[in-house]
Amino acid sequence: MEIWNRPFECMDRNGIRHIQSERLRETVERVYFNVPYYRDKMQKAGLGPENIKSIDDIAKLPFTTKQDLRDNYPFGLFAVPMSEIVRVHASSGTTGKPTVVGYTRNDISTWSEVMARTLTSAGANRNDFIQVAYGYGLFTGGLGLHYGGEKIGASVIPISGGNTMRQIQLMHDFGSTVLACTPSYALFLAEAIQESGIKREDLKLRVGVFGAEPWTENMRREIEDKLRIKAIDIYGLSEVIGPGVASECLVQEGLHIAEDHFYPEIIDPETLQVLPSGSAGELVFTTITKEGLPLIRYRTRDLTRLTHETCKCGRTMVRMEKCLGRSDDMLIIRGVNLFPSQVESVLLEMSEIKPHYLLIVDRINNLDTLELKVEVDEAFFQDKISQLESLRHKLQTNLENSIGLGIKVTLVEPKVLERSEGKAKHVIDKRKY
Amino acid sequence: MITHQLSVFLENKSGRLTEVLEVLGEENIRITALSVADTSEFGILRLIVSDPDKARVSLKKKNFTVNLTDVISVMAPNEARYYAKILRILSDLDISVEYTYAFSVGAKSIIILRCSDTEKAIEALKRHEMELLKASDLYKI
Repeated sequence: MEIWNRPFECMDRNGIRHIQSERLRETVERVYFNVPYYRDKMQKAGLGPENIKSIDDIAKLPFTTKQDLRDNYPFGLFAVPMSEIVRVHASSGTTGKPTVVGYTRNDISTWSEVMARTLTSAGANRNDFIQVAYGYGLFTGGLGLHYGGEKIGASVIPISGGNTMRQIQLMHDFGSTVLACTPSYALFLAEAIQESGIKREDLKLRVGVFGAEPWTENMRREIEDKLRIKAIDIYGLSEVIGPGVASECLVQEGLHIAEDHFYPEIIDPETLQVLPSGSAGELVFTTITKEGLPLIRYRTRDLTRLTHETCKCGRTMVRMEKCLGRSDDMLIIRGVNLFPSQVESVLLEMSEIKPHYLLIVDRINNLDTLELKVEVDEAFFQDKISQLESLRHKLQTNLENSIGLGIKVTLVEPKVLERSEGKAKHVIDKRKY
Repeated sequence: MITHQLSVFLENKSGRLTEVLEVLGEENIRITALSVADTSEFGILRLIVSDPDKARVSLKKKNFTVNLTDVISVMAPNEARYYAKILRILSDLDISVEYTYAFSVGAKSIIILRCSDTEKAIEALKRHEMELLKASDLYKI
């Protein structure tokens, strides 16, 4: 099995820790002197750069959360002048404000490097055709895979998401060997291929790199059976860099974290204490090479577990398990992050309805569906169907504009939806991963 | 000349109409007319009942979304041309009919109309000597 960057990916533990310590010191110094927000936080905790001597000191540093990014919207946490920023990406946020991330030229190069490792560990090389069916744009999926694919010298097909018939046609005509998309879209494609009449033997597809949403081992087996490929799990989040933070190798026993760039910790989400290797808890990342938007102990809210054992593939980089869930209420729908509070804020702006709602998430024909049940306010109710239909339509449009996802709105009778007794249940997720 | 029609918002699920009628039944309310307008997901039940205010209060207590809507009731022979004539009178004056339904009592039919401008519609129908029913008459049927 090929390894893209053997000196780093197979480095012994002492070597890794040495590099991590050095890079952490540089990062802490950089944010202390360049980002007032971090400096204030560190000073409040009685810390200066001199207190962080090695990676063992990392637990002294305060955490960073998504809320910190929002409070400093859009560029407040950037550690370089804007003239150094060559790219900006963003993901949807709860209050209509997205989470913004900025990259320097070196950051783009780091990202390409970790994506090159990812693709190589999935068995791809310069002879491959990589069909990138992740969305291109503010979302990091498309461009992340794209740069990694170019870095390893593969032929990249930047087809972006959607347009299933064209996906299948180009997959056939160009002879794509690697598919990159969300796992649910991979399943959807698998069925569309069956229906299209194109024979599997006429496709050259060999491996898929799937991520941006949680999926189970069952779903992996289904994808592997239906597409007759190896399905590789990749992990990333735009705040840290995008896809490429961690990825499986062909052994498929956990995702190797590029820990020479992103230092992982597992904490107890309640006590915030660091847990020993092997314990399940919330994943926290410190970026130790990033220039544009360095993050110190960023709480991902993803729940997983780490293992430091050397993998059968020879890589020594720490591995994380497939994510086990979330420590907050964030949903991932068709690869898009959605917090129920985003829906709530749209409802609160409309007087015609009551802010009691129920979101129902399901997976039908391998595609995530989203339905909102909401109560009509009696003061608004007259007896015209057209009036109710236009209300439903208006709400649907407002929601789709705000959350960037298709949603079905259903009007329901009052008091059908559970009232908050302590904590109301606002979400039913029927998906079986 | 104005009749208060009871309008009830209903989700399209089995048993809801039964529940409405059971609530009204417990209050000994009589139903003169009933009509349902529906889409694939919800419907609006429209009722002319003996005591609309009491019906409304009792349905509200059971958590139904209820409203009283002003409609007009016209009595005419149950022949199509009379129905047509009524609608023509209204359309000539650009009064739009949002919905209408009718039922027969002997050789007469009672036509219920929901118009964009109720006052103007009543005036016009009176001018054409149409027989408008008082709410109290209608509730007694």
